[in-house]
Amino acid sequence: MNRQLTSDGQLKHLLTLDGLPRATLIKILDTAESFMDVGEREVKKVPLLRGKSIFNLFFEPSTRTRTTFEIAAKRLSADVVNLNIATSSQSKGETILDTVDNLAAMHADMFVVRHAQSGAAHLIAGHVAPHISVVNAGDGRHAHPTQGLLDMFTIRRYKGAFHNLTVAIVGDVLHSRVARSQIHALTTLGVPEVRVIAPKTLLPTGVEQMGVKVFHDMQTGLRDCDVIIMLRLQNERMKGARLPSAQEYFKFYGLTLDKLALAKPDAIVMHPGPMNRGVEIDSEVADGAQSVILPQVTYGIAVRMAVMALLAGGAAA
Amino acid sequence: MKLQIKDGRVIDPKNKLDQLADVFVAAGKIVGVGHAPADFHANRVIDAKGLIVCPGLVDLSVRLREPGFEYKATLESEMLAAASGGVTSLACPPDTDPPLDEPGLVEMLKFRAKNLPGPRVYPLGALTQRLEGTTLTEMAELREAGCVAFTQANVPIIDTQALLRALEYAATFGFAVWLRPQDFHLGRGIAHDGAVASRLGLPGIPALAETVALATILQLARHSGARIHITRLSTRDGIAMVRAAKQEGLPISCDVATTHLHLSEMDLTSFDAQMHLAPPVRTLRDRDAIREALRDGGIDAICSDHTPVDDDEKQVPFGESSPGASGVELLLPLTLKWAREMGVSLSQALELVSWKPAQILGIPNGHLSVGANADICLFDEHSEWQVSRRTLRSQGKNTPFIGHPMNGQVRFTVIDGHIDFEAPDA
Repeated sequence: MNRQLTSDGQLKHLLTLDGLPRATLIKILDTAESFMDVGEREVKKVPLLRGKSIFNLFFEPSTRTRTTFEIAAKRLSADVVNLNIATSSQSKGETILDTVDNLAAMHADMFVVRHAQSGAAHLIAGHVAPHISVVNAGDGRHAHPTQGLLDMFTIRRYKGAFHNLTVAIVGDVLHSRVARSQIHALTTLGVPEVRVIAPKTLLPTGVEQMGVKVFHDMQTGLRDCDVIIMLRLQNERMKGARLPSAQEYFKFYGLTLDKLALAKPDAIVMHPGPMNRGVEIDSEVADGAQSVILPQVTYGIAVRMAVMALLAGGAAA
Repeated sequence: MKLQIKDGRVIDPKNKLDQLADVFVAAGKIVGVGHAPADFHANRVIDAKGLIVCPGLVDLSVRLREPGFEYKATLESEMLAAASGGVTSLACPPDTDPPLDEPGLVEMLKFRAKNLPGPRVYPLGALTQRLEGTTLTEMAELREAGCVAFTQANVPIIDTQALLRALEYAATFGFAVWLRPQDFHLGRGIAHDGAVASRLGLPGIPALAETVALATILQLARHSGARIHITRLSTRDGIAMVRAAKQEGLPISCDVATTHLHLSEMDLTSFDAQMHLAPPVRTLRDRDAIREALRDGGIDAICSDHTPVDDDEKQVPFGESSPGASGVELLLPLTLKWAREMGVSLSQALELVSWKPAQILGIPNGHLSVGANADICLFDEHSEWQVSRRTLRSQGKNTPFIGHPMNGQVRFTVIDGHIDFEAPDA
């Protein structure tokens, strides 16, 4: 996956956290830390990307991710154009690369791409002119690197370090690009024990080769965890060949206060959103004292600012 | 036209021949190997010094894309590509548009092919109408029109009863049925279901998709007595099942595609749609089992599974791309590459792309016996070249081997006694 690094190790694109060096991850987190106060200022802007054009190319609908990317870009003073392509040119038969070429001709400096197919951001990064950077904002089941980074940012803020943690990721790992990015980041940053907890129907083949321990029940899987990350269960997966019903899923894999008590008393609970209350997480937990779900969203802006600033070659604020 | 192929190293696996000799051709037939017939005066002498002279290659799967997909490739372009790859006989699968499920379509294809230079074309008839897996085709009529066997190409039959009936009907007439073992439901992914696809988030096709389908096919073969040819094996377990069935005495043979001799899931990591193949390339262990089974006879033949795909269908995300690769021009060099890497003799390697596939097709080609059709390939075993879009004569410029160095280049292809291909620098 070296397409995202230049020959001297600088970040050119952000496509996946798989294979990114630890130092690069730390640099992004540190840069994000330096942007944390920008949102608190009266004038919430720094001029790092003034004159740069960033295109948010969303081939798949999204509210939260697109909005946070937009806010992040605007706080860096970039010009932002949002395109929801699911509803425009793609339906007219234009290929993804045609779309990209047309936008590049409008002097784009950066593409933020979300697409339902794994590898779509790689395809675009391999196609664009050398001065253009690509940020993967989620491709199929493959990767969602900025989400993975903001989760690491959150963990570091609450836990201080990574080397002494046990982290559990619970739910639909199979279909989750978020889980894959989290796993790569956690193992790269030195978390000694990363667990996945799910029924066999929601785990990818050979997931243990990504460096995780596999559990099929919450009772043993959550024991003594420092961090619990709940994954969203897509509506279409709640009933069918992989799961019999949302009710049965909640009973065995939904995070309730009872199950949370198995983890360490100071464990934090995370969720990439949007949540299905009563399916993967109980409201008492989601809104409870151990939940850091809303801070995750806030940190997401600083982390995306950091990624865009580093890609555009800018220094820290 | 009388042709003398002079001073070449003649390798004819069927006749266990490997020696320096001249080959003499007249009226489309081989009339002498080593000794000229009396009063032979050649119209043309080919200096084959330093070249291998072997039977023209027999490729068990070349998609000519006609009718219906002329934007991907045409009969002209693909016949020339095949001839330039040393192929003199080819079987074309029926997955055209419309599929080859009516005698008229088959006759038209045969007629068009016959009037073009290039290999002998042996159409495979559709096993079911429109390849839909429900209604049988008129197999006996299709046979008369020129079909050599019947197949679903890459379209699995979902209804097991329909498959049984098709095998029984084919067995009634003694027709061979070619099946690619892939369970419809288990085969709904796009890459081998293993650690690499999991990491890349590509929906997986488990090895089970092959073995479950194979178990069904083998049981139905035992019951129906049909002659079965298993196409494009991809898994170690599948190879073991076919091996056991052969030992048991079932009338069964199998082939593998050149891509699967050399590639594995490890080549998927950059999401390159060139690696989107059907069946998917699998683990290194599977690939090594294929390489070994070709050496010891567990697999009977190598084919190119030539599938021209146009750029618009490859320059899209992996999951939206069309599977397949152009390969007919790489059949020889990729087979030679395998043989070199495995320490297999040239004769054994060439048998897998000539005499053995000819037997599977039931055609009288694939050897250099006196009296046989003069279908001959002359190649330079050591000549090195690089695969590029420019070197490919096929209209489909897509293959995972673009940029790869190859050893072995065809210099002349003789079909029916005519030189149908002569390398520009030969």
